[in-house]
Amino acid sequence: MMMGKINGHLRLMLAGAAVSALFLAASPALAETPADTLVQAWAIDDIITMDPGEAFEISTGEITGNTYDMLVRLDINDTTKVVGGIAESWEVSEDGLTYTFKLKPGLTFASGNPITAEDVAWSFERVVKLNKSPAFIIQQFGLTGDNVMEKAKAVDPMTFVFTVDKPYAPSFVLNCLTATVASVVDSKLVKEHAAVVTASADYKYDNDFGNDWLKTNYAGSGPYSMRDWRANELVVLERNDNYYGEKAKLQRVIYRHVKESATQRLMLETGDIDVARNLEPGDLDAVSANADLTTTGAPKGTIYYISLNQKNPNLAKPEVREAFKYLVNYDAIGETLIKGIGEIHQTFLPKGVLGAIDENPYTFDVAKAKELLEKAGLKDGFTVTMDVRNTQPVTGIAESFQQSLSQAGVKMDIIPGDGKQTLTKYRARNHDMYIGQWGVDYWDPHSNAETFTSNPNNADDSTTKTLAWRNAWDVPELTAETNAALLERDNAKRAEIYAKLQKAVLETSPFVIIFQQNEVAGLRKAVDGYKLGPTFDTNFVANVSKD
Amino acid sequence: MTASADTMRGWLLSEQPASRMQARLGRAYASWQRFSANRLAVLGLAIILLLVFIAIFADQLAPHSPVVGDLQGSRLLPPSTEHWFGTDDLGRDILSRIIFGSRLTLFVVVLVAIIAAPVGLLIGTVAGYAGGWTDAILMRITDIFLAFPKLILALAFVAALGPGIENAVLAIAITSWPPYARIARAETLTVRNSDYIAAVKLMGASPLRIVVRHIMPLCISSLIVRVTLDMAGIILTAAGLGFLGLGAQPPLPEWGAMIASGRRFILDQWWVAAAPGGAILIVSLGFNLLGDGLRDALDPRGGEQ
Amino acid sequence: MIDSGAIRKKSASASALALGFARFLFIVAITYLGLLAVTFFIGRVIPIDPVLAIVGDRAPASVVAQTREELGLNLPYYQQFLLYVKGALHGDFGRSVLTTNPVMTDIRRVFPATVELATLGTLIGALVGVPLGVLAAVKRGSLVDQIVRIVGLIGYSVPIFWLGLLALLVFYAKLRWTAGPGRMDVVFEYTFTPITGFYLLDAVLQREWPAFRDIFAHIALPASLLGYFSLAYISRMTRSFMLNELAQEYIVAARAKGLSETRIIWRHALRNAAVPLVTVIALSYAGLLEGSVLTETVFAWPGLGLYITNSLQNADMNAVLGGTIIIGSVFIGINLLSDLLYNTLDPRTRAR
Repeated sequence: MMMGKINGHLRLMLAGAAVSALFLAASPALAETPADTLVQAWAIDDIITMDPGEAFEISTGEITGNTYDMLVRLDINDTTKVVGGIAESWEVSEDGLTYTFKLKPGLTFASGNPITAEDVAWSFERVVKLNKSPAFIIQQFGLTGDNVMEKAKAVDPMTFVFTVDKPYAPSFVLNCLTATVASVVDSKLVKEHAAVVTASADYKYDNDFGNDWLKTNYAGSGPYSMRDWRANELVVLERNDNYYGEKAKLQRVIYRHVKESATQRLMLETGDIDVARNLEPGDLDAVSANADLTTTGAPKGTIYYISLNQKNPNLAKPEVREAFKYLVNYDAIGETLIKGIGEIHQTFLPKGVLGAIDENPYTFDVAKAKELLEKAGLKDGFTVTMDVRNTQPVTGIAESFQQSLSQAGVKMDIIPGDGKQTLTKYRARNHDMYIGQWGVDYWDPHSNAETFTSNPNNADDSTTKTLAWRNAWDVPELTAETNAALLERDNAKRAEIYAKLQKAVLETSPFVIIFQQNEVAGLRKAVDGYKLGPTFDTNFVANVSKD
Repeated sequence: MTASADTMRGWLLSEQPASRMQARLGRAYASWQRFSANRLAVLGLAIILLLVFIAIFADQLAPHSPVVGDLQGSRLLPPSTEHWFGTDDLGRDILSRIIFGSRLTLFVVVLVAIIAAPVGLLIGTVAGYAGGWTDAILMRITDIFLAFPKLILALAFVAALGPGIENAVLAIAITSWPPYARIARAETLTVRNSDYIAAVKLMGASPLRIVVRHIMPLCISSLIVRVTLDMAGIILTAAGLGFLGLGAQPPLPEWGAMIASGRRFILDQWWVAAAPGGAILIVSLGFNLLGDGLRDALDPRGGEQ
Repeated sequence: MIDSGAIRKKSASASALALGFARFLFIVAITYLGLLAVTFFIGRVIPIDPVLAIVGDRAPASVVAQTREELGLNLPYYQQFLLYVKGALHGDFGRSVLTTNPVMTDIRRVFPATVELATLGTLIGALVGVPLGVLAAVKRGSLVDQIVRIVGLIGYSVPIFWLGLLALLVFYAKLRWTAGPGRMDVVFEYTFTPITGFYLLDAVLQREWPAFRDIFAHIALPASLLGYFSLAYISRMTRSFMLNELAQEYIVAARAKGLSETRIIWRHALRNAAVPLVTVIALSYAGLLEGSVLTETVFAWPGLGLYITNSLQNADMNAVLGGTIIIGSVFIGINLLSDLLYNTLDPRTRAR
């Protein structure tokens, strides 16, 4: 009886143990990605739409760059210049108002439809009329829903004419046209999927120009076509066999949403993925040390900065603004928190943009900062807050800055929050200090100059809410200079104006600019030809192959 | 000495207590005896006392500053004699952070208990005693809060209130009172129609007085047990909020937030996340052991429910 | 995570059942209205601008204003609330800002992932937890009992996200016994089509054995983890129910009749303890459905918990409401079901 009892228990125990053992023995299937597919792990949760006329996020920049074509594209060898995309050649009229583009002959979309100047004109029309987030890049040349059909039109199937309202610097106009919002969409295909909507005071048109459909579908002509997007899960690109140029080497590119750097590294080490895109410094070191893996990197047009709201009387003092620039431990941050993923950079134009100067005059100097604070009458320090979104490396930098400030007697409270939450507060100008990043909207110095140095109306109800406005930095002279730079048609002179603006920001602004992002990727050795571009929409994957 | 201890014991355990005081002390002593016979429960008590001790003397105990570190010189160092638990990504001593973090943990636990238990007690006893519509309405509200996923509700409240340890406390309190209300109501229902309450009523006591003076005290012991058992859950929820980035503000050494930041280094610098996780485990284990022991001691019927 | 206080013994006579059901419906309706009100309130006080979530930081002011109007955010609050309730009544929670899909479509996609995980977790918890609990009760006070108790207490005390991280470190990174985060390797993305959304089942239906193996390797670790937590609860409750039964007179009688101890324990005592156990397991299941928020975060499991957390952080209130209502419904449903089971299974309530 005793034996029977024990056996009974034993059997059950064994059954239980067997279940657990079964689970633990669930060793994964062979970890290798298919030979014709590139699998990348990347945080792609920023994607909210795939419509190039609406998308304005980092991830969509890369997807659109690989799947659509524009009239002109950034020259990835010299990013101060542009090269032809769909356009074979272009001409600027004497008065600087008319741009005439000749298209390359015989091009087709992925659908097989021919690419014509009509498609280009319609693409511009839909962007301007839809008026989504990135539309201002086109609209800023004086285009409105009423005049777009006149200002951007096809004079014959191979010729597109674009008319601007002022004699802008041609480099400015062309740089803007390299932005993904200027992607040429397959008008025939998209029109088939346009949904009927009721016109209203805000939206005067009877259809949505295919916006709803294009959010999740594709109508472009790039080397890859976008096959599938599942939010927060994956994006799948498929080779476009109708591509007019050199065909993509791999059949398929899969972006898999993985947020964590450590996870990405593990998956890379096990061979579950070919490319890891969000590696943090520690993991980057480990990847470079691994014989099966390599890394690659490229500086990107994103800079990280701390800003001081000028509505706060203490922060509005020029000495305080200057003192804070001495209170960032640039060297320590550069060697640890952003090692490999960023480079100390103190001017507002990222390296590689026309007119960018490379000057980092500030160093960590508590004594100097204390002196300045004393001059400002704040010898005993004061208390401020900083809104920090809870991601790296900004949290680490904020905590390091907090320690530095305390050495100078300034007590800084960190208010952590989710990205959207801190941003909401920042946009309402309710912060003291904010740590954030700014990526260029389009590859032209005006993009950053406009936001850092122009503030046409510092009132709370202003409609132009630049970063200068968000920090209540009222600078009429700089605003005027920024606008003047736009009309300077000589590139060298234009660059000079931007150099001057950068120096002004460096010396007097409430922006403590810390570093420029360096995008990195960890790769399996088998991956060939993977190269990160200067912008996200030039991270081309068509040349990538695997052996 | 021994003799007097024996007399003391005899007095406490006397079958015919001479005074109300003696009876009360006697009951408490019997409870203590049951409690102290349970070695695990004593261990739990010891852990909690140690936690309180560490929290009080954190300034003296911590070898380094919990918030200031040397970014360049001492980042992510492995455990050593200088830094027993190693250092974190900003070069701070993890042991010191854990020691100071004990204050936050106690703060959260105590404050949640102080807010949630009385609210639950009040709602439960009022609902149970009043009955009818009052009962229906109060219990529906309780049900609504119970039907919510607890962590998600806490998340939503913290998001709405803004981050910070006080708001985390408030959010957890908001989500943890309903079970207390349930318990208090159940207890109230069992005593409501008792002769004792009827007698008090006959003496002309107001409903308010009955609830506060006569019903609430009866609910307290089961509530204390329940709250103690819940403390581990409160610690885990607070840590979960911290882990999701919604708890304490940096550089406060909140344990959950420490795990979240250590998570990034788990492959090479496992100690950054391991140490605070271990601390949470030990403390919530302590509360669970204590709660278990208390329940067995205070409630000799020993039901699990 | 699991609220043992919610185990309510309900006894309803058969004739009162219909009335009870009507009452139940009324309660459910009120509870739902409350859920709606609370989610609406949170959605409005949350200091995140929903427009920001839709158009992004770089949108010009005119786009922001236009979107605000389209969302009806400039209507008075009571009108917004009415619209909100009206939509919810039609089962229409609107579109998710983040994914651009109707919320119900999203939920149909993510919910099976959570259910699959929780089901497997509960299965492990019950299969291991019940025998352990029985063993502990039979050998009360022995070493086995102490071990079961400690294992259970640790389950109650350990932060799940921390244990998950450590488990990933050990079993995936170091030992390579299981697969990493996520539900399935990308390799199978286009050879395998989800039908039911329960991937294990789908793989069996399609006879995709390599895919099955991979899916299993992915789910093993998070499911074991959830299983451990459910085990902690189930074994503890089983022990207590069994102790209760073993002290009953019929057990003494059975022993006196000379029935084997095995038979007494498994056939008689456990059968009677099974009635409250069903409730416990059901509640533990509901707890896992909800409590998987952190597990899903650690294991990047594309389930409802992760969906709600993500949406919450982006002020995607439509998605949060939809997800919360679904979980709330499951809670209410499971409570009702366990009550019904209790009434049908328990001979005492049936006899009355």
